Amino acid sequence: MVELKTTYLGLNLRSPLVASASPLSEKIDNIKKLEAAGASAVVMYSLFEEQLRMEQFALEHHLTYGAESFSEALSYFPRPAEYFMGPDGYLEHIRKAKAAVNIPVIASLNGITVGKWVKYAKQIQEAGADALELNMYYIPTDPYMTGAQVEEQVVETVKAVKSALNIPIAIKLSPFYSNMAYMARRLSEYADGLVLFNRFYQPDIDLEALEVKPHVLLSTPQALRLPLRWIAILYGRVDADLAATGGVHEAEDVLKMVMAGANVTMMASALLKNGINHLQKIETDLVHWMEVHEYKSIQQMRGSMSQQNTANPEAFERAQYMQAITHYRHPVG
Amino acid sequence: MTERQVSTLDANEAVARVAYALSEVIAIYPITPSSAMGEWVDEWAAHQQPNLWCTIPQVVEMQSEGGAAGAIHGALQAGALATTFTASQGLLLMIPNMYKIAGELTATVFHIAARSLAAQALSIFGDHSDVMAVRQTGWALLNSASVQEAHDMALIAHASTLTAHIPFLHFFDGFRTSHEIAKIELLGDDDLKAMINEELITQHRDRALTPDKPVVRGTAHNPDVYFQGRETVNSFYDNCPDIVQDAMDKFAKLTGRQYHLFDYHGAPDAERVIVLMGSGAEATHETVDYLVAKGEKVGVLKVRLYRPFDMPRFVAALPKTVKFIAVLDRTKEPGSGGEPLYLDCVNALHEEWVNGPMPKIVGGRYGLSSKEFTPAMVKAVFDNLKQAKPKNHFTVGINDDVTFTSLDYDKEFSIEPDSVVRALFYGLGSDGTVGANKNSIKIIGENTDFYAQGYFVLDSKKSGSTTTSHLRFGPNPIRSTYLISKANFIGCHHPNFLEQYDILTDMLPGGTFLLNTYWGPDEIWDHLPTMVQTQLIEKRVKLYVIDANKVAKEAGLPGRINTVMQVCFFALAGVLPRDESIAAIKHAIEKTYAKKGEYVVEVNLAAVDRTLENLFEVQIPNKITSGIGLRSNVAVGAPEFVQNVIGAMIARRGDDIPVSAMPIDGTFPSGTSQFEKRNLAQEIPVWDPEVCIQCGKCAMVCPHAVIRIKVFDPATAGAAPEMFKAVPARDNEFAGMSYNIQVSPEDCTGCKICVDVCPAKNKSAAGLKALNMGAQPPILEQERKNWDYFLTIPELDRRLIKVSSIRQQQIQQPLFEFSGACSGCGETPYLKLISQLFGDRTVVANATGCSSIYGGNLPTTPWAHNSEGRGPAWSNSLFEDNAEFGLGMRVALDKQTEYARELVAKMGAEVGDELVNAILQNPQRDEAAIYEQRQNVALLKERLQNARNPEAPRLLDLADMLVRKDVWIVGGDGWAYDIGFGGLDHVLASGRNVNILVLDTEVYSNTGGQMSKSTPRGAVAKFASGGKPGAKKDLGMIAMSYGSVYVARVALGAKDEQTLKAFLEAEAYDGPSLIIAYSHCIAHGIEMSTALKNQKAAVDTGQWLLYRYNPERALNNENPLVLDSRAPKVPVKEYLHMENRFRMLELSNPEVARQLFELAQEDVHQRWALYEYLASRDYSQNGNGSH
Repeated sequence: MVELKTTYLGLNLRSPLVASASPLSEKIDNIKKLEAAGASAVVMYSLFEEQLRMEQFALEHHLTYGAESFSEALSYFPRPAEYFMGPDGYLEHIRKAKAAVNIPVIASLNGITVGKWVKYAKQIQEAGADALELNMYYIPTDPYMTGAQVEEQVVETVKAVKSALNIPIAIKLSPFYSNMAYMARRLSEYADGLVLFNRFYQPDIDLEALEVKPHVLLSTPQALRLPLRWIAILYGRVDADLAATGGVHEAEDVLKMVMAGANVTMMASALLKNGINHLQKIETDLVHWMEVHEYKSIQQMRGSMSQQNTANPEAFERAQYMQAITHYRHPVG
Repeated sequence: MTERQVSTLDANEAVARVAYALSEVIAIYPITPSSAMGEWVDEWAAHQQPNLWCTIPQVVEMQSEGGAAGAIHGALQAGALATTFTASQGLLLMIPNMYKIAGELTATVFHIAARSLAAQALSIFGDHSDVMAVRQTGWALLNSASVQEAHDMALIAHASTLTAHIPFLHFFDGFRTSHEIAKIELLGDDDLKAMINEELITQHRDRALTPDKPVVRGTAHNPDVYFQGRETVNSFYDNCPDIVQDAMDKFAKLTGRQYHLFDYHGAPDAERVIVLMGSGAEATHETVDYLVAKGEKVGVLKVRLYRPFDMPRFVAALPKTVKFIAVLDRTKEPGSGGEPLYLDCVNALHEEWVNGPMPKIVGGRYGLSSKEFTPAMVKAVFDNLKQAKPKNHFTVGINDDVTFTSLDYDKEFSIEPDSVVRALFYGLGSDGTVGANKNSIKIIGENTDFYAQGYFVLDSKKSGSTTTSHLRFGPNPIRSTYLISKANFIGCHHPNFLEQYDILTDMLPGGTFLLNTYWGPDEIWDHLPTMVQTQLIEKRVKLYVIDANKVAKEAGLPGRINTVMQVCFFALAGVLPRDESIAAIKHAIEKTYAKKGEYVVEVNLAAVDRTLENLFEVQIPNKITSGIGLRSNVAVGAPEFVQNVIGAMIARRGDDIPVSAMPIDGTFPSGTSQFEKRNLAQEIPVWDPEVCIQCGKCAMVCPHAVIRIKVFDPATAGAAPEMFKAVPARDNEFAGMSYNIQVSPEDCTGCKICVDVCPAKNKSAAGLKALNMGAQPPILEQERKNWDYFLTIPELDRRLIKVSSIRQQQIQQPLFEFSGACSGCGETPYLKLISQLFGDRTVVANATGCSSIYGGNLPTTPWAHNSEGRGPAWSNSLFEDNAEFGLGMRVALDKQTEYARELVAKMGAEVGDELVNAILQNPQRDEAAIYEQRQNVALLKERLQNARNPEAPRLLDLADMLVRKDVWIVGGDGWAYDIGFGGLDHVLASGRNVNILVLDTEVYSNTGGQMSKSTPRGAVAKFASGGKPGAKKDLGMIAMSYGSVYVARVALGAKDEQTLKAFLEAEAYDGPSLIIAYSHCIAHGIEMSTALKNQKAAVDTGQWLLYRYNPERALNNENPLVLDSRAPKVPVKEYLHMENRFRMLELSNPEVARQLFELAQEDVHQRWALYEYLASRDYSQNGNGSH
């Protein structure tokens, strides 16, 4: 019998199979199903500060638009006793999720201002989340902002949140830093874990309507390569747990990620596409593969193919890229 | 007496608080200016707020005020403590029940925000016409003159009615009192308990109908006993005055505020006394104090209990020294011997005066429709009493130069004391000025010992409205129930006002002027109009400037300058120490916005912090440097009546218009909105002909008819201005002709709907379309020239236009233009469409509501006429009777047409059989045939001129009736689904050829968004604070059940071709037609500039089905129902999430929202299944076309 146990952010998990942030966690029923299907933890969908902000301004706008202007209609809406504005709904959802399942519930937060990052993080902790994933979804577009400024902003936020919380935090970050390893090291000074990587919504163009449309693309198995490389590189070099997300669809992907050095592998697209029970299949396949290949435990294989443990560490670096291109242009054989 | 809580609130709220606390059943229905009382009680009930007896009253919205009165009558019969609120026409609808309730000696109170009645015109404003119209019903009439009194009298009325067994009408002046915000002392539960005798409630319940103790009430009497039965109530009326006085005395012991049935105030030895009731009594009280201090022997007698009129008490309340009495009525009773209060007083003196020679008594009218009643007018009335022969049956406040009833008064006379801070603010409706001022009053009222008063003059236009706030603060109770004319502080929140109105005319010397402007303190002077510079110098005004828009924008509040300007006011007015006021504003912000979320609080606080560093005093030079004059809002070349009469109203000088200048019967010329140039839009659409595909959609959706299309022969069009754009017309039928889209730059409201709908995108920059918004000021001159030229281009011959295609149909001239509807209104495009298609042959019956206000509210109105002088003839009768009103028009037109045809048939010898036959046989089904008929009728009239047949003159009178005439019956869902439904149903059943257009906004939009039976499930609306639990009524299905009614449901934004088809079919159908038109509305809480997307979503999700039911199809063995919607393809939640009316429920009550939204989805499924079934039924075997 192989041992699937792993640890992540100080949490003891029954396997490296974690449900990552997705619309699935919007329903408590789904969270229960995830637990039943073998998820060792669930990362909740993100609380977006920007959305809360927009919602509040939209409400204020619509409640006041046209008001106090026309003699017969001083307003157009009644005054409700109270609104559930701000993070209340999300916090309540965390509480309900905690009450509904035994697996760790990891909340997810995307903020704009440091103050609100900290404030909401604390509220999430109070709501009972076992850990918090900071969803660093930010695309700098100002051509006058330096990379260092961008990085400093992220680090400052993480630092502020960490110092305010008792629960562990993980940072879900993008790969678009000039030196990913540097960023990973800086963040690992404060974060308990790094989640590699955040996938951004990719806009698309509607040719008929001539409009840019936000388009949610589910990840494909090919997406695996990017986190795979960086987990392999970072393993053993940063003082943080590593979570792989993006492109984990089958047991083989889990194996590769763990061998590269991941503590856990997170799945969303595969479950959205194949259903929650797909988790069970992955686990079965995982166990089967480990048994066939005589691995005893996840711990045993973790990092075994990382850059520092592999036979050809340069394979994860640029030279290998050049080689790959060359091979592509001039297939051997 | 315990110390009481003080609060600043208006009378509607002050009264509603008492009524709610003392009632178990409350029936409500919206009508201005009383709607807010209903809104308050609905909200309190929704918030589970208990009444005095710790139970939550049942609040029920009815379908009309008549319904509300009926429901209250029933509630009273069943033993409940019941109340309602209304005004004006609403009160008239209650009259039948009021007789019953009084006849049955039942205790209840109706609270009335008294308002004018619709006579020559509707008016929403205040006077006593409505309450005077019910003085004969047997109800006690108790009135209040101020907000405090309204709060107090509400309780006195509720207490007295239980004792007296007579129902009470408690009234106070609409707007002046109902909407005035004042600092008052609140009554506590202990006061209410002390005043209400529970034993009397037991007695009230004892009289209830119950099967446990059955009685019969409401029988029919015969001649033998009805009379005697009527006289049984006398002693109750005899006792009532004492009962009310007892209640007032008891109230005085509790609160220290002593009222009497008649309160005299003034010199004890007064010789001249004014008698009146309502808010005018306060201005009179104040003026009496002033005059008495000057040694004049004058006084005022305030009538509180008007019915029963206690004649002995009235006479006893007059000073014995009185020699001259003027009785002022705020109503008009044409043809009477005098107005009602006057006649009551005359009679009382006649019957009760015993102190020697009877005083001379005269009567006069004042203050109709909230006409100002000022100390100057009070003085004029006193001065009249000084005359050897005082004018009787006079008017005051107007210039009656026809029958010379009016008293002259000195407009400069003012008694405003120095101790009162008087601040005037001019704002735009959209900038939050009024809200901020209400907030300021609360801050001052609650943080100082000052008394505070706020009154707000809002607009009758729904777009680009201007607001004026009148704020007073002072150490003594404020009785100034009139607008401020001598201000210490004036705030101008929009710099454009300086060129439109004489803003500083009301400024006192040495006053403070706060101006929101782009220009800094060193630049502003040269940008001020000459008149402003002159007044600043002459009145030694302190001028301060701030770029509030910039400060607000930087703080994250673009366009909302309210907080910034409020901080400036406090900083400059000095009512509170600066730091204290800033702290109070911040506290108020936290309190006001906390519910809406921390971000809103934060940006407002940020705005406060940024303000003072951007507020600058301007050093006023001694020299006038400006050449800028006042801008005229009336177009050059407007007709004389427009220039002189309507122009005066536009320039806010309507009060100066004499009686002689007014139409005698309420008839006005059509097409006057074209002369009022409002220049509201900062940005207007600019046409790019290269990108344009000439689809016509922009013109079709334009709510204000400012986007016009013309197709014309360039050879005959005359020389165009250099910048005028025209391209070859694309349609084959118009080969060789030019095509132009022109925007009227000064009439556009900048709503952007045209840009949103434009389907043509620039191939090099897809963000640009064939219409793009561009700044108005730089292109104004050029576009004005283009517009003027455009108007000179002849309209295309209507016979050449294929009306079934939007791209051509939109070339038709709109005869509904530039209305005062909300920017981006969802209703007006449908009216404009009617005006284009059928306007030259249409009579419109318009139910009261939004469409009657933007369609018929002065100064200018949008229904217009073409160059031949033809266009829609429009009238508004009432809210409740519109279908019947339109039917009456139809029957009248039919009769006259029938008679004209009978006469024509007899005229062969006179005009020729060929012409007779041509006229009688023309089916007039299309433009060409109608054109031909008009030609023939013209010929007929010409030939009839010299005809000898004695009936020829009769035919001449009626000849135009031989040309087809349409009747369009137009109104909103409040009318069609609720108050007018009975009539609508009857008209549908009549079989008559009328076209009914329901502009369905799914709420009572005009009165502020109250629920109607059209409101969809799950929507939050006023009177449905907790979300409407029930489904929307299916009016179309009801109409279809007749089988003989053409029914269509349309949504312009979802499928414009279907809309056009429906209008054409409805008009063509020879019988009743009903079009239910989805009309987006600001009461939905949506982005108005992209509102067509909401319409599309409503259709795509199946929330709004598109269909056409044409009985004629059944005659051809086809299914009459054609579904124009596809099966719902998107969950309804996606639509619901686009609108604040639904979203609010999720934010306020997520669990209820979840349930109701699920039911809404179920509604969609079931509705689709039902309609799909009906539309798929096989009619091929139905030879008789039965339904």
